[in-house]
Amino acid sequence: MNSQSGDPRGRGVRAVFREARPSARVQWRQLRTGLLFISPWLVGFTLFLAYPIGMSFYYSLCDFSVLQPPRFVGLANYQELVADDVFRQALTNTFCYAAGAIPLGILLAFGIAMLLNTGVRGMTVYRTIFFLPSLVPSVALAILWMWIFNGKDGILNIALSDVARALGSSASPPSWLSDPKWVKPALIFMSLWGTGHAVVIYLAGLQDVPVHLYEAADLDGANWWQKVRNVTLPMVSPVILFNGIMAIIGTFNFFAIPFVMAPGGQPARSAYFLAVNLFDNAFLYLRMGYASAMAWVLFLIVFVLTMLALKLSERHVHYGGS
Amino acid sequence: MYPGGAGSRKGQFESGTYEAYKLKRETPNSKLGALCAGVLCLILFGWFFRPEPAPADGRVHVRYWEKWTGFEEDAMRKVVDTFNARQDRIYVDMLAVSQVDQKMLLATAGGNPPDVAGVWDSNVVVYADYNAIQPLDDRCSRDGVGPEDYLAAYWELCRHRNHTFALPTTPASVALHWNRQKFREAGINPDQPPRTLEELAAFSDRLTRREGGKLVQSGFLPAEPGWWNWGWGHWFGGQLWDGRGHATLTAPENIRAFQWVKGFADRAGTRDLQVFQSGFGNFSSPQNAFLAGQVAMVQQGVWMANYIHNNNPGMDWEAAPFPFPEDRPDLANSTPVGLDVLVIPTGARHPEEAWEFCKFVQSQEGMEMLCAAQWKHSPLSRVSERFYREHRNKRIKLFYDLAARGRTFAPPPVGIWREWQDEMKTAFENIWTNGQAPADALAYAENRVQTKLDRYQESIARRYE
Repeated sequence: MNSQSGDPRGRGVRAVFREARPSARVQWRQLRTGLLFISPWLVGFTLFLAYPIGMSFYYSLCDFSVLQPPRFVGLANYQELVADDVFRQALTNTFCYAAGAIPLGILLAFGIAMLLNTGVRGMTVYRTIFFLPSLVPSVALAILWMWIFNGKDGILNIALSDVARALGSSASPPSWLSDPKWVKPALIFMSLWGTGHAVVIYLAGLQDVPVHLYEAADLDGANWWQKVRNVTLPMVSPVILFNGIMAIIGTFNFFAIPFVMAPGGQPARSAYFLAVNLFDNAFLYLRMGYASAMAWVLFLIVFVLTMLALKLSERHVHYGGS
Repeated sequence: MYPGGAGSRKGQFESGTYEAYKLKRETPNSKLGALCAGVLCLILFGWFFRPEPAPADGRVHVRYWEKWTGFEEDAMRKVVDTFNARQDRIYVDMLAVSQVDQKMLLATAGGNPPDVAGVWDSNVVVYADYNAIQPLDDRCSRDGVGPEDYLAAYWELCRHRNHTFALPTTPASVALHWNRQKFREAGINPDQPPRTLEELAAFSDRLTRREGGKLVQSGFLPAEPGWWNWGWGHWFGGQLWDGRGHATLTAPENIRAFQWVKGFADRAGTRDLQVFQSGFGNFSSPQNAFLAGQVAMVQQGVWMANYIHNNNPGMDWEAAPFPFPEDRPDLANSTPVGLDVLVIPTGARHPEEAWEFCKFVQSQEGMEMLCAAQWKHSPLSRVSERFYREHRNKRIKLFYDLAARGRTFAPPPVGIWREWQDEMKTAFENIWTNGQAPADALAYAENRVQTKLDRYQESIARRYE
């Protein structure tokens, strides 16, 4: 029997597949229908994301003031960035902030999640309490912390003065937002306020660690630290990686709070961050081309750091399914 | 995969191919879906680009964006209402807009600007350079609006490259304000303010008080309110540029000025000053350092009387021209001048009607109505007796005289003024907070400003070519 008239069973299957394979016309119709259904998202994505991204790259190669047509200048904006002291200062400030805020945030959030995961009574209440601060809008938060950090009448300095007096010291607390040396530590300290968001994610990760692993560790005579190191940390390492990457993205886009708390990066540009520098160039100095170049450098930095984090994670992050 | 179970599939296939089945099943649905989506898109498109409905009153509606809020907005609204009441052809719709300079700019770039906007004099140059506002020369000459109508210092702020691009709304000059009660407490005659900058420093030392080693009152602080930190050199005879494109921040007069400024920080102690200044409240509040009695003398504009009235009405205060260096009596009566202005953006739909409104604001009646309600002096060269008689600022003539006959100065008319101002601010903070030597801070700022200035001028020149 040939293939056309062979085993009826085999021929039937082949026929079904042949008949079931849609023709080009049907495929086109299917594609069109699919596109039609996702068209609202597609239009939004094209107009408000893909097009601006593409144009921002083009503008980064132009002298563009928003008010007049862009004029192509090649890599001049990028060359200017390399020589710009203020950009370097903003970059340094942003890296310093990230270097402080990211590890501290991760440590604190993970620590709180560990405490909440000990089976404490009313955990849902605590979880809500820790999460609530992260719901406060950035501008309201900035105003609140400006009062807390006030060098003269701020609650933090009043408390620190009382502590210093109790210890018999005459040292006076710093003027947090007026002293160039203290403004970045103050902002790092303040960033811990929004740690509740990460706590909830860590807590979910901790509750997902199989109990039998702890039981096995107990049978092996592991102490608390050994269980944390050999069971908990490996099992929640994907969650730590996720939070770490989100923190990298968040800290390099740090804008609203320094914009309100330290206008112009004052004092003496000690709190001048990349995103604020970018905004100033785009909307105050009317240098949209230069600001676009800055945005692409910022993107590149975040991209490289994210890739670096992912690369480093290969040896330290353990996935349950792998 | 196709829908339904194996049984149903078999039935379908018996009567034709899967392709036929798909066409039969999907064609009506996809056609209907496409039709619906198309109609929806058309409706949305039509709604988005719908023509503006004609106003029911048959008048041309002028869209006017203004930066003012509160009592300043109320003052302008009174002028707008008066204009509207006298018109049967034009109606001005006034809208208070925060960050009006940025929003007007984006609206202009987007091709949908307001017909008239109230911005600051510092915006005029850059907007003019980028063709974001219309020159008003033809309209001015047609309707007889010219330099003879205004105080020269203010008229100049409306012009750029020999063209008029804006018209004034409310002006400002600056003077020394002092708290007479604090003078009495320090044993200083409250009727004799410091005449020279050296006297000002000496008075300040006498008025400065400490309690438990902590600063509780300062005589004078150059950083309070800190709005004219760019201009300290002018009080010592310096200039920020040579008028031809070269920044002159390191001129000896400018360095001397900032050394004088630094003297206040050195005498009070940087650390103590930081803590002391942290306790200052918002300008427009009873916690304002001058109104709360934390600073006895302050450099402030014509508007200050209003804020004193609102926040500390019982305060015993006076105002006088800001002092001058002892060895430069020719610099007496120096004052920075500033101006709120009206501009007609490029692309405005009703520029002629907007101009009619601008003209009304420029009339003596409109201008005095506005300036009196904002507690400011008039920028016009002719002022009615009634304006002074009924004005609530007891020192209004002082501010007018300073602007009319004093030694006035303003920021350099360059499009990068905003960047320049930020460089000056940073230089000031480095001197005031970080203890940097004025010569170093100014040299650094000059270098940065010059680079920006060269770049901007080159960019503008290339565009005009």
